[in-house]
Amino acid sequence: MTQTKGTLYKGREGMWSWVGHRITGVGIFFFLLVHVLDTSLVRVSPEAYDAVIGAYKNPIMIMGEIGLVGAIVFHAFNGLRIILVDFWSKGTRYHKQMLWAVMGLWVIVMIGFTARHVMLFLDGWGGF
Amino acid sequence: MSTPTKEAAEPASKIDMKESGGGGEVPSFEITLQVRRYDPEFSDEARWDEWKLTMYGTDRVLDALHKVKWNIDGSLTFRRSCAHGVCGSDAMRINGRNRLACKVLLKDLDTSKPIMVEPIKGLPVEKDLIVDMEPFFQSYREIMPFMVNNSPAPTAERLQSPEDRERFDDTTKCILCAACTSSCPVFWTDGQYFGPAAIVNAHRFIFDSRDDAGDMRLEVLNDKEGVWRCRTTFNCTDACPRGIEVTKAIQEVKRAVLSRSM
Repeated sequence: MTQTKGTLYKGREGMWSWVGHRITGVGIFFFLLVHVLDTSLVRVSPEAYDAVIGAYKNPIMIMGEIGLVGAIVFHAFNGLRIILVDFWSKGTRYHKQMLWAVMGLWVIVMIGFTARHVMLFLDGWGGF
Repeated sequence: MSTPTKEAAEPASKIDMKESGGGGEVPSFEITLQVRRYDPEFSDEARWDEWKLTMYGTDRVLDALHKVKWNIDGSLTFRRSCAHGVCGSDAMRINGRNRLACKVLLKDLDTSKPIMVEPIKGLPVEKDLIVDMEPFFQSYREIMPFMVNNSPAPTAERLQSPEDRERFDDTTKCILCAACTSSCPVFWTDGQYFGPAAIVNAHRFIFDSRDDAGDMRLEVLNDKEGVWRCRTTFNCTDACPRGIEVTKAIQEVKRAVLSRSM
């Protein structure tokens, strides 16, 4: 026997965009929890807030921030795609093309953001 | 548990075909068929069985299942009635996607790899490829899949313009095979969801100009487990053996619910 379990359902673009939308959505939700906590520290004391935000300025957090922005950008553009599928009468016929447009926009935005973010990090956040 | 078999070649024809020119021998090829089997009388665990078969270019997955059931292992259990894509009995998961076994030609699949056949997901498996369809038909009954017209019955047919007929033409094609409903990730995890097939059949009457119960059907589907559960994964549209644009129909019902409440 090659395998003992059943196979994964071979869904196509629509199913995987839904999986991606759900994963990025849950990921953004957990980020928001942390974000509310660290931002609320400014009420405790500005020094505590600065210390926590300062801790984000290391390569691991930079990678995490790029991942976060990637998730938000996908969720935002794909959300617009879902609105079009819901309310545009031809949306269901063009959902695949719209997904490719989402992915194209995602790549463009992420190239720009990653370049600027990494450059700012290497410059030591001059002005931030 | 594999039972490899080598089929003897068909005996030579007794009729002299020299004059007719003939089409030559029908080419055959080897396939490996793997079927997800489950028999609660023997084990609570499902298992994969494998057979090597010699098949022909005109054979479908259903023919391979028949060959196993009739010649090798009579205990293999599956549903089929018409075997020609009309009755909707033999929906199953073929190489990970919901298809009718009678509409998938073996030559169109990658025969260098095993062909994997499983029961449709989300409905309780009773034996091998047979699932309990009752939850599926329960949802179907709830949307009232019959014409309701409160005006007195005319002496002849209730006439309808070609444009009005065209409005719901796509959703009249449904054969209730459950390929769409059992391809839906929402239905797998939430068995209470009406599912694409019930919504398609509601659509067929909601947009029928002769029907008077559209509001009642929209009311039924404006439920927590109704149309709003649809996450537009389009698995249903890809799975439908009749080519119905299932997701489109669901979206039209969603918009009808919205415009009705406004």
